[in-house]
Amino acid sequence: MNNLVARAKELLNSNSVQVVIGYETGPTGVARPAFITNSEKADRLIYDERCVQNLAVYLTKHEVRKLGKAAIVATLPVMRSIMMLISEQQIIGENLVVLGISSEGNLLDIADIRVMQGIIEKSDLSNPPEYRELLAALNKMSPEEKFAYWQKELSKCIKCYACRQACPMCYCTRCTVEVNQPQWIPVQANTHGNMEWHILRAMHLAGRCISCGECGRSCPVGIPCHLLTMHLTDKVFNYFKVYAGTSDKMSSVMSTYEPNDKESFII
Amino acid sequence: MSDFEPKVVAFVCNWCTYAGADLTGTSRIKYATNVKIIRFPCTGRIDFMLLLKAFANGADGIIVSGCHPNDCHYTSGNFHAKRRWIMFKELMDFMGIDMNRVTFSWVSAAEGARWAEVVNTTVARVRELGPYVSYKEMVNKSVEEEVKNE
Ligand code: SF4
Ligand code: SF4
Ligand code: SF4
Ligand code: FES
Repeated sequence: MNNLVARAKELLNSNSVQVVIGYETGPTGVARPAFITNSEKADRLIYDERCVQNLAVYLTKHEVRKLGKAAIVATLPVMRSIMMLISEQQIIGENLVVLGISSEGNLLDIADIRVMQGIIEKSDLSNPPEYRELLAALNKMSPEEKFAYWQKELSKCIKCYACRQACPMCYCTRCTVEVNQPQWIPVQANTHGNMEWHILRAMHLAGRCISCGECGRSCPVGIPCHLLTMHLTDKVFNYFKVYAGTSDKMSSVMSTYEPNDKESFII
Repeated sequence: MSDFEPKVVAFVCNWCTYAGADLTGTSRIKYATNVKIIRFPCTGRIDFMLLLKAFANGADGIIVSGCHPNDCHYTSGNFHAKRRWIMFKELMDFMGIDMNRVTFSWVSAAEGARWAEVVNTTVARVRELGPYVSYKEMVNKSVEEEVKNE
C-alpha cells in the first residue's frame, strides 16, 4: 500500500491532519491500530486482509480527538460507521479525511462526505456473507433450541464489555450497564444478567449496527454477540427498508417513526 | 397444574388504557384478578427492560397497552413504542424468549369492556401455557451460580 503511505505523509507534512489512524503490524504479526502523528513513521502503515478492526471506534475517544484533525483508513464498515457518527452528531465530517479502501483493497479518492456516500450506496449493505449461514441456522431452530443456545453462549460472558468498547456506536460516556440507580443490569456475570445485558446492547444498536462484526471478534470467550445486532439489521431492513450508515442526514430507525408502520401483533 | 394461577403484569399508559381500566371498574365489569397494573405516563416510557424484569421477578405473562395510534397524549409516544416493540419482539423470537406470553394492545379510555377482554384472553392464554418455567429456571440457576462464586 505504497500510495496509502505516500498519501499519509503528504497529509501530515502539509499539516492538513495531525494524526493518521490506520493499521500497522504488531509484534505477534497481527494487524493493530496505529496512530501516526509524524510523517517519518508513516512507513509503518499497512493494509491487507489482516486489517479487519473497525477503526471508527477511535474517532469519538478523547485521547484521539485531542491529537487534532484526523485522517482515517476506512473500509466500507468504517465509512458506514463514520456516516452514523456524523448523523448522530458525534463527529464533524469536514474535520475528517477519509482514506477509503475499496473492496479490492485499493486506496479510494474520497474528497468529501458526498463522495463517500456515493461509494456506500453502490455497495452491498446487507449482513456480510460469512455471517448469513449462522443467522439462517439460528432462525430455523425451535424457540426451545434458541433459548438453550443463547443461554449456553451467554453463560460464558465475563462482562468485560469488550464488545461494547469495540463498537463505534457504543460511544455513551455513561452506558446503561454502569447505571446503578436503578441497577438495570446486575454487576456480576451470570447467565440471566448476561442475557439482560445482551438484550439491552442489541436493542440500543437496532437500526444503528452497520454489521462490521467487531463486537463478536473482540469477545475474549468467543460469544457470537454480533449475531444479535445483525439479526436486527436484517429485521430493520425488512420492516423499514433502510440500512444504517448510508446518509449523514438520517435519523436512526428507533428515534423516528412513520404513522403507518406495519406490524401484526398489536391487538 | 389445575391450581396454577398465572401472574400477569400490565404496563399501561396513564391517559388511555389506565383510564379504560378505571372505566371497567366503574362499569362493574368483572375480569380476572391475576393482573397487576403498573401505570406509566405513556407507552413511550415503557422501557423494554421492564418487561424482562417482570419475567425475572416471576411474571408468567405481560400486557403492554396504551392509546390507539393518533390518540397519544404526547402525540407520538405510541408510534415510537410501536417501532420499539416490533424490534423487541424480533429479538426475543431470535433468542427463544416466549412472546406468546406478551399481549400488546391499544385500549382507549372509553373501552372498559375491551380492557376486561384483553386481560381475560391474556390470562386464559397464559393459563394454557403454564408457568414460565424455562425463564424462572434460568434466573434461579443464575442465583446459584452467584452463590457458588462467592
Ligand atoms: S450498550 Fe447502550 S448505553 Fe451502553 S454504550 Fe452501547 S448504546 Fe450506549
Ligand atoms: S457488528 Fe457489532 S461492533 Fe459492528 S456496528 Fe454492529 S454492534 Fe457494533
Ligand atoms: S466481549 Fe464477550 S465476554 Fe466481554 S462482555 Fe462482551 S460478550 Fe461478554
Ligand atoms: S399517552 Fe397513551 S400512549 Fe402516549
